[in-house]
Amino acid sequence: MSVPVLDVQGLAYAYPDGHQALFGVDLHVHAGERVALLGPNGAGKTTLVLHLNGILVAGQGSVSVSGLPVEKKHLAEIRRRVGIVFQDPDDQLFMGTVRADVGFGPANLGLSGAALDARVMDALDKVGMTEFADRPPHHLSFGQRRRVAVATVLAMEPEILVLDEPSSNLDPASRRELADILRSLDVTVLMVTHDLPYALELCPRSVVLSDGHVVADGATYDVLTDDALMRANRLELPFGFDPRTIDAGLLPVATRGRGSDTLPG
Amino acid sequence: MGGAHGHQLHFHGHSPVHRAPAHLKIVALVVFMLVVVATPRGWWPAYAAYLAVLLAVVATSRVPPTYLLKRMVVEVPFVFFALLLPFVATGPETEFLGLTVSESGLHAGAKLLVTATLGVIASLTLAATTEPQALLRGLTRLRMPALLVQIMGFMVRYLEVVTDELRRMKVARESRGFSARDPRHWPVLARSFGALFIRSFERGERVHLAMLSRGYTGKMPS
Amino acid sequence: MHVPDGFLDAPTSVATGAVAVVAVGVSLRKAREELDDRTAPLAGLVAAFIFATQMLNFPVAGGTSGHLMGGAIAAVLVGPWTGVLATSVVFLVQCLLFADGGITALGTNIVLMGVTTVVVGWFVFRGVQAVLPRTTAMVPVAAGIGAFVSVPVAALLFVGLYAVGGAADIPLGQLTGAMVGVHVLIGLGEGVITFLAVGSIIAVRPDLVHGARSVLKTRTLEVRTAGAAA
Ligand SMILES: Nc1ncnc2c1ncn2[C@@H]1O[C@H](COP(=O)(O)OP(=O)(O)OP(=O)(O)O)[C@@H](O)[C@H]1O
Ligand SMILES: [Mg+2]
Repeated sequence: MSVPVLDVQGLAYAYPDGHQALFGVDLHVHAGERVALLGPNGAGKTTLVLHLNGILVAGQGSVSVSGLPVEKKHLAEIRRRVGIVFQDPDDQLFMGTVRADVGFGPANLGLSGAALDARVMDALDKVGMTEFADRPPHHLSFGQRRRVAVATVLAMEPEILVLDEPSSNLDPASRRELADILRSLDVTVLMVTHDLPYALELCPRSVVLSDGHVVADGATYDVLTDDALMRANRLELPFGFDPRTIDAGLLPVATRGRGSDTLPG
Repeated sequence: MGGAHGHQLHFHGHSPVHRAPAHLKIVALVVFMLVVVATPRGWWPAYAAYLAVLLAVVATSRVPPTYLLKRMVVEVPFVFFALLLPFVATGPETEFLGLTVSESGLHAGAKLLVTATLGVIASLTLAATTEPQALLRGLTRLRMPALLVQIMGFMVRYLEVVTDELRRMKVARESRGFSARDPRHWPVLARSFGALFIRSFERGERVHLAMLSRGYTGKMPS
Repeated sequence: MHVPDGFLDAPTSVATGAVAVVAVGVSLRKAREELDDRTAPLAGLVAAFIFATQMLNFPVAGGTSGHLMGGAIAAVLVGPWTGVLATSVVFLVQCLLFADGGITALGTNIVLMGVTTVVVGWFVFRGVQAVLPRTTAMVPVAAGIGAFVSVPVAALLFVGLYAVGGAADIPLGQLTGAMVGVHVLIGLGEGVITFLAVGSIIAVRPDLVHGARSVLKTRTLEVRTAGAAA
């Protein structure tokens, strides 16, 4: 089996105020997989995500990306490969205009002039925000800011795309358009979400995090239909939604990489 | 000690003074003030000429004079000092407006008043016509070391967050009947200072980490 | 206490300017040892803070008020070298963007309120730390004492500079008495505020306090085996 592109082993982390958020997380994601990361509020999902490009540094255990351990000397390379869309778009957008913001990453990668422009407009086009290119990000609505935040990361053309609750605050059409974008990209995706139908629609595999460690890892369909697991981890399907009634042909299949593990008892 | 700082002093406009490159404006300010400071006391016509030059620049910039006047309060403590000088300085004495005052004190006070005023107007004009980001680029062109530019960049960015939160906390405190009148109130001020520090740092830290995530290495791509 | 243009004569201003350039230059080289990719923004924040709190005058006595100088707290939070840089940036921004302190007096202001308070604050902080028990609880105490001492020292230096390059002869004894007297009170305020502020930062983010690094314990993390809580 190939080396996982994301390889997290025994990861434990405590925030500087002493609050421990992760208690030994194991997670392996292979190239081309689309994996949903599920779990209740405060489970440690965002904390885990922040370790994937070295923003937080493992207290114990290890994180590596495409075989490179996440440590200071590999950070530049790792940050080029892993693109993270943060949970709060206001943390992501900091330049004066949408165009400058989306261009920030590619410019750091050395692009300039027409190539940079093309990259920026292409990314904005994917999220349907080209006409907002010259507006200041803080004048946009929350959902628009979220779309720009996605564009800032797409513009860097990462190999691994990590999204922290990308569908929250999107209107239904934007939510679907984002799904189309994610499906069309040839990248590995790790998506944190509370939107279980979205996980089922996009990700063949799901990992459930609870109280700072992994409690389940398997096919999304199996996770969502395991009532005991769902109840134990405060996961609830939206009213009227039942995965069992969905035509299996509509579910995503794992095309590459490893399909699913078995659910731990 | 020190009056109130106004908030962001930039006055939006499109005059030639606004458009002039920031590094030239900084150099002009420094040279102008060096000349003013080096002018011996008593050369009143020269000072009148400086003032005329300065007022011409202000007029070209189309920044309303009242806008500048209101912001000249930073000078107030030293106006007091200048006005006091003739009375506390030693040395030979003269008559001025019917008062017996120290001659050297009178001259020193007058010169201080004039130079400080020219300095404040000149700096305010620079501040009013130059955005902080342009200033940063200007200083970079003038070869200010990258680390200082970087710290200053973060400072300017944090300033808005901090002053905003500071104002909000002050309003919150005062709307609950608290106002800082004597040293017994220091603990309240200090604790809100600590809380504010952490709050703004964490907000800024997240933005900084987002920048690092997108390949930022300390230099803004231009 | 921001010195405006024309307050000191040209030779004194040039001399303090030269001292400031050297101090900043040395700090730039040394600061690289204190800085990592997270402390540059921290230094910027400390600068923004000193700036913002200088707007916040605190009441002293008899109708006078003082504001934080901030050198000591900067030194404790980001280390002395970066502290010099942060305070210098404050005075640069104040003079360029807010007309507070003259541009030809920039060196004077940096030396008086930046370098002096940082250096005095840091050495006193270290000295006090050396005699007190090495715990995090003592860090704010040492910081407060450092801050308290730094202010009257800066005031003394101010009088000294005025004696050398002041515009008029005023009785130095009286000036010294008045300046030091007032600044002992202001220093008290600075000390108390520094003590409380460093204390509240250490309680939540001890990692942000440079001066606490030597006394921070390393934490042991708990690891739960996978599935244990499921
Ligand atoms: N900066 C911080 N300092 C201290 N503790 C924190 C910090 N950020 C998060 N925590 C704590 O760590 C735990 C995990 O938080 P995290 O943000 O990773 O949760 P999450 O799974 O992303 O939740 P949500 O679904 O609400 O986004 C929580 O208990 C939280 O209170
Ligand atoms: Mg989260």
